[in-house]
Amino acid sequence: MQTVKMVVTGPFSAGKTEFIRTISEIDVVSTERKITDETKSIKEETTVAMDFGRITVDEDLVLYLFGTPGQKRFDFMWEILSEGMLGFIVLVDSVRPETFREARRILDVFSSYGAATPYIVAANKQDLPDAWPPEDLRIALKIDRNVKVLPCVATDKESVKNVLLELLYSILEGTEEE
Amino acid sequence: MALKGNLRDFSTTQLLNLINLARKTGALTIEAQGTSAKLFFKEGKLIHASLGDQDGHLANMLLKAGKLSAEQTRAIQAHSEVDSDKELGLLLINAGYVTQNDIVQSVKAYILDVVYTLFTWVEGLFYFEPNILPSEDKITVPINLENVIMEGSRRLKEWERLQDELPDLNRALRFTDRPDTKLRDINLSVEEWRVISFINPRNTIKQIAQSNNMDDFQIRKIVYGMLQAGLVELVTPEGGEAKPGMPPGRPRTAAPPPAVKRGVILRLIDRIKKI
Ligand SMILES: Nc1nc2c(ncn2[C@@H]2O[C@H](COP(=O)(O)OP(=O)(O)OP(=O)(O)O)[C@@H](O)[C@H]2O)c(=O)[nH]1
Ligand SMILES: [Mg+2]
Repeated sequence: MQTVKMVVTGPFSAGKTEFIRTISEIDVVSTERKITDETKSIKEETTVAMDFGRITVDEDLVLYLFGTPGQKRFDFMWEILSEGMLGFIVLVDSVRPETFREARRILDVFSSYGAATPYIVAANKQDLPDAWPPEDLRIALKIDRNVKVLPCVATDKESVKNVLLELLYSILEGTEEE
Repeated sequence: MALKGNLRDFSTTQLLNLINLARKTGALTIEAQGTSAKLFFKEGKLIHASLGDQDGHLANMLLKAGKLSAEQTRAIQAHSEVDSDKELGLLLINAGYVTQNDIVQSVKAYILDVVYTLFTWVEGLFYFEPNILPSEDKITVPINLENVIMEGSRRLKEWERLQDELPDLNRALRFTDRPDTKLRDINLSVEEWRVISFINPRNTIKQIAQSNNMDDFQIRKIVYGMLQAGLVELVTPEGGEAKPGMPPGRPRTAAPPPAVKRGVILRLIDRIKKI
């Protein structure tokens, strides 16, 4: 059996766990913990090691989705999780500009793991009224013009499907004709 | 959709860069230091500005520019029947007090004054309302944002901000699309031209600084301005290999993604479509 892997990353509370939960066929194996520090005002629980989701194609092909923890103190997990990934998705919280700088840092670090690894940026929480539009995020985060920036609502299955498909199309462009 | 945030997280320079590149039309309000500023843009150009109680009235702009005396200004403001800037402008031109050029230059100087003040604000709430323009009676002067951004960056004094925005001097620079047309419209200083002459994906920012005998602060300031003005973009230095001095924790060599057959990707696509 062949397994392939994609990583969902992004700043704290960007919606990584939500994204994987929406699409995974198994209950996401999440390592959520109650938040005890000052970031508690943003939400109740955070991912501390990773999220893990699965999409089975058939008996010999399975796709694994790994979500990274968002808090800075778990950065050491990034390199481990990105080992052997086919591509990655950077989720951006479109309503919280205070996370843009961190999003930019994540983009830099993840691109350095695999210089040629395809990735896309998903402007999440587009259902909220104060969401920055994807094209403004492209400029704000200085995203390379060859990289797609897509609107996303992590709670909506169709939206998550679309983001995954776009990443797969980007991966497809980079693979050789057989 | 409104763009909202705090200057702490997204600076005046970054906002102007965004408005410039996205060719936006609308009003940007910034509330800070107990006052508020309002800037108006049309298709990415700054056209009007006002700052809190500093009245954006034409008479005041002319006073500030030394085109009217304090007495004349008071006299004009006492005649409250002329409260449209455009009407007042015409009256003053016809009466021979000022020329049309005086008015354009005074309005422009006033707008620039407001916007340069904003570069010194490090904190403050902002929001951008698309498609809002100044009221009909205002005199607008279109100003190119690239120059404003370069000048604003020259005035930057905070080392920390620059460090944040441009952490890695081991990266290289390349020109964005059509730098020639942009360079024609921008006023660059001698130092900036010297940096320009070294821009090449093979030279790291650090090397450019060394070749020009500039310290970290000087080079950061110049590169930051050029980045925000959309002249250049950051790239990994050519040659691929990480140069010494890369931040710790980053792998020295980037691993290529695993080789996966096209057929596998196509099967994944099919599967996800069916979810
Ligand atoms: N309105 C809206 N809310 C969202 C969306 N995606 C996620 N959320 C909410 O945002 C909050 C954070 O989502 P999570 O999935 O926990 O984010 P995370 O990136 O896994 O967070 P960490 O693991 O702590 O870094 C939760 O309250 C979600 O319900 C979205 O598309 N729209
Ligand atoms: Mg999570």
